[in-house]
Amino acid sequence: MRKLTSSIDTAGQGFAANAKVNRKLAAELHERAAAALGGPEESRKRHVGRGKLLPRERVMRLIDAGSPFLEVGQLAANGLYNDEAPGAGVIVGVGRVSGRECMIVANDATVKGGAYFPMTVKKHLRAQEIALQNRLPCIYLVDSGGANLPHQAEVFPDRDHFGRIFFNQARMSAAGISQIACVMGSCTAGGAYVPAMSDETVIVRGQGTIFLGGPPLVKAATGEVISAEELGGADTHGRRSGVVDYVAEDDEDALSLVRNIVANLNTARPEGPVMAEPRPPAFDPEELYGVVPTDVRAPYDVHEVIARIVDASEFDEFKPLYGATLVTGFARIWGYPVAILANNGVLFSESALKGAHFIELACQRKIPLIFLQNISGFMVGGKYEAGGIAKDGAKLVTAVASAEVPKFTVLIGGSFGAGNYGMCGRAYSPRFLWTWPNSRISVMGGEQAASVLATVHRDADKWTKDQEEAFKAPIRQRYEDEGNPYFATARLWDDGVIDPAQTRDVLGLSIAASLNAPIPETRFGVFRM
Amino acid sequence: MFKSVLVANRGEIARRVFATARRMGIETVAVYSEADAGAAHVADADRAVPIGPAAARESYLVGDKIIAAAKATGAEAIHPGYGFLSENADFADAVVAAGLIWIGPPSAAIRAMGLKDAAKALMQKAGVPVTPGYLGEDQDAGALAREAGRIGYPVLIKAVAGGGGKGMRKVEAAGDFETALGAARREAKAAFGDDRVLLETYVSRPRHIEVQVFGDAHGNVVHLYERDCSLQRRHQKVIEEAPAPGMDAATREAVTSAAVKAAQAVGYVGAGTVEFIADASQGLRPDRIWFMEMNTRLQVEHPVTEMVTGLDLVEWQFRVAGGEPLPATQAEIGLVGHAVEARLYAESVDGGRFLPSTGTLEHFVLPPNVRADTGVEEGGEVTPFYDPMIAKLIAHAETREMALSELAEACDAVEVWPVKTNAGFLARCLEAPDFIAGDLDTGFIERNLAELTAAPEPSPAALSAAAEAAMMVDESLDPAPSPWRDLAGFRLNAEPESATRLFLHGKPVMARLSETAAPRSALLTEDDEIVVFESGRAFVFASHPPPAGEAGGASDGQIRSPMPGKVTGLSVKAGDKVTKGQGLLTLEAMKMEHALTAPFDGTVESVAVQLGAQVSEGAVLAKLTPA
Repeated sequence: MRKLTSSIDTAGQGFAANAKVNRKLAAELHERAAAALGGPEESRKRHVGRGKLLPRERVMRLIDAGSPFLEVGQLAANGLYNDEAPGAGVIVGVGRVSGRECMIVANDATVKGGAYFPMTVKKHLRAQEIALQNRLPCIYLVDSGGANLPHQAEVFPDRDHFGRIFFNQARMSAAGISQIACVMGSCTAGGAYVPAMSDETVIVRGQGTIFLGGPPLVKAATGEVISAEELGGADTHGRRSGVVDYVAEDDEDALSLVRNIVANLNTARPEGPVMAEPRPPAFDPEELYGVVPTDVRAPYDVHEVIARIVDASEFDEFKPLYGATLVTGFARIWGYPVAILANNGVLFSESALKGAHFIELACQRKIPLIFLQNISGFMVGGKYEAGGIAKDGAKLVTAVASAEVPKFTVLIGGSFGAGNYGMCGRAYSPRFLWTWPNSRISVMGGEQAASVLATVHRDADKWTKDQEEAFKAPIRQRYEDEGNPYFATARLWDDGVIDPAQTRDVLGLSIAASLNAPIPETRFGVFRM
Repeated sequence: MFKSVLVANRGEIARRVFATARRMGIETVAVYSEADAGAAHVADADRAVPIGPAAARESYLVGDKIIAAAKATGAEAIHPGYGFLSENADFADAVVAAGLIWIGPPSAAIRAMGLKDAAKALMQKAGVPVTPGYLGEDQDAGALAREAGRIGYPVLIKAVAGGGGKGMRKVEAAGDFETALGAARREAKAAFGDDRVLLETYVSRPRHIEVQVFGDAHGNVVHLYERDCSLQRRHQKVIEEAPAPGMDAATREAVTSAAVKAAQAVGYVGAGTVEFIADASQGLRPDRIWFMEMNTRLQVEHPVTEMVTGLDLVEWQFRVAGGEPLPATQAEIGLVGHAVEARLYAESVDGGRFLPSTGTLEHFVLPPNVRADTGVEEGGEVTPFYDPMIAKLIAHAETREMALSELAEACDAVEVWPVKTNAGFLARCLEAPDFIAGDLDTGFIERNLAELTAAPEPSPAALSAAAEAAMMVDESLDPAPSPWRDLAGFRLNAEPESATRLFLHGKPVMARLSETAAPRSALLTEDDEIVVFESGRAFVFASHPPPAGEAGGASDGQIRSPMPGKVTGLSVKAGDKVTKGQGLLTLEAMKMEHALTAPFDGTVESVAVQLGAQVSEGAVLAKLTPA
């Protein structure tokens, strides 16, 4: 393979200035991640006081010693619900359990009793979607009071609401994707179906309860006075109802039982692509801080990013001289072969055609696709419309949408307009979608949006410069706020904001997790010629 | 010089003797019991002869079998080692009568030294100082008081029939003698029905000092300086060293010349040890050191003498037995540096209870930097039939302090599993500040037992090694290359997690991986337990909590009827202590008897049924509370 070279002067002023800002962004990200680790101190204390392990601790003790934990939706609900639901009250991520990559969904009872906010539901469903696409056994560490009642309209009735959780469980179980529940706290009403619909279920004595109606509801409905433990505790379900299969003495015991369950799954990874010995990039991934400009509009050579992500910085570029605003080529990440598409400017017809061609190659060879998004959109203008940029763009979008190989998207800069589609935005079902803290996402840039809206305003021609600015400023600000990666990730438009220096590792883990599912043949839609 | 030698012993001493024989071109013959068929000393020898069952009295202690083995193999000489038949005069006679060479002193010397009181009297006659005391028929109070005065205060009154400290009184001054005598006699009378007493000088800080002597058939006797073996536990030597700390020229002169005199008095030939007791309350002094007994054999601790003199004592034994004169004169025998020996035992020392530990030495690694005389090898067995000493570690250095520190380090580096050893205890002894300062006596270990045997916590380095091993265990669950295997502890937007939770003795501990931690050796057992060696100990970690409760789930302690039936047996009542698996009730149902057993160790809280009662399925029959 060809080794990439770098024209970055790591001792230069521009590098230092970029690095300073980007390191600050990364530090801020780390701080936010650390702050989102759980509920308020008081409720954590109360939780531990009951002899329970903190939810994050449960996850860490469930996974293998030394296993990575690829957290998904780490900053979900960030800034929502009065900021009272860090991580949306549920910890989701992929970790290795008994040597098998599993999707773990752990309710955080220290966050409003683990109740389901709208974003909690969305995150739970996203976890299941990842599990389904990548065939990861699901482990639910249940400790939740159920739906958050004030938000019931946003969590209960619709297709992608609470009920979908159990629909997914049934469908995944049918598809041979194991569903395992460990009841470590409340499991009330609808929530009772999580363990009941699982293939195998563990309950912790004295902690876990499962019932359709809790003691107060029972009393109100029938007058029966019964304790929670008697109504739905370990002995009721372990000995009498058969709702659970294993009774554990405590959290540790329960997690150990879950590990045994996974050890007995008898699953084998499908044959994947031929791996090479993983080699670190020749250029330090930490240099990404200095490579990436602080202004999302400032152009830079995306080869510099690729060189700091791929194995040994080796990259065999496809069609380097044609449609050069889209860089395409083959490389390896953590030993896995990948086909990379990366933006190096606005998309022209040639770039789109090249991209579609390249995706066809990847699908034919069953090579995972990596999209490095930094795109302001497709080229506009009379010449380009007449040249058929719409149909060429459609070819790229068709190719992306049809591709059945695992797709992974990283927003490394701007993600604007139809460029988002052509570069495998969320709507194109990449297996994982990660964003950098410097990225921005919106239908167009704030400046363009403000200009367009100002231009089409009926009073525009009468405005003074100041009046125009007064009109544009709030629009720009709104786009800035809503295009911010933290705004985006709070709403689960992505799977998480990541430290650029971890990109290679995150992608490596994502690819490896995706290879738990066989790579199917791709059938492309009609390409408009 | 004879051409072949049979060693009538086993373990490290047999191997030690073989080593010198091999070096001297002498053919070696081992004997072994059924339990030792796979033992290292058997593999070491040119030839080996089985001599019977495991029990020593049916094998290693049966002189006839050993002589027969020598005859059968054509061995010309017999080396008895130590223990077993080494001080058996009849055996020595039988060996000689069989026309074989006995590598040991003449039987007469063995006999002379064998009877302790007679030996003392003999020594006194020869001008060797013995412990002042009185053991006489005259039990008159006045006569005893006079004897006490002669011995000198403080003096010890002991019951002649005594034991266990009963009838024993320490008397500080003459004025207290009569009262103490009365008390001692009353106690002795009550305890043993015999109120006779004896008197001994009271040695407040006894030290065990012994002198290595060597005689030849030509009338030469030399000494090879002294050893100090004061670190003992229940009269078993633990740490031995040469020379004795705090030994001055005058005391050494007194003790070595006394030893030579003792050997000469019995016409000694070969290797022998003259043991003394010293009162170290005012340091070692020529006038406070007395003959105790003579051991007419090669001692376990002979290596420390070899190290400081540079001599091979077994070679000397061979030469002397072969009729040669002593290889060196007294003037030629030097004393260089300081040597210390620690006896490595297969035993558990936890909580100061020294319990033998037997089994297969699945892992047995001794440090390379010190002399190690071992009786076993990795994969070998420690059986309950013989002395549990599996090795001796000996350090030799310029100074005592250096030797102690080297040996402590070596003991800390001992790796044995799953058999337990006293290595950690040995290291703690060697590190004890008072011991290093030379402030020691035979009560040292007993006094400091709690500290010396305290179970230490694993250090951060041990925890780091355990964490690393735990990660390796789990990584091996799917060994295929993958970032999921190789990105240890990856956490999104955070530093990698370096801690992993493990269980030590069933209790959770956080083990943190540290790149700066000192390396610790670790191994994995077949059950995926992690054994980390540190401080002469093996810490055994488990990745997972010990399984709790009954099979397939925990028990709440309620004993339920598995089906409708009749209680036909009831063997417990409320308040009874029960152990896991113990039968509680019998139930007859569907023409079958069902035994209901305790799911854990505990107490019967209540029994809800009576014998003969008809019970329904799921009925609670009894309740237990866990211990």
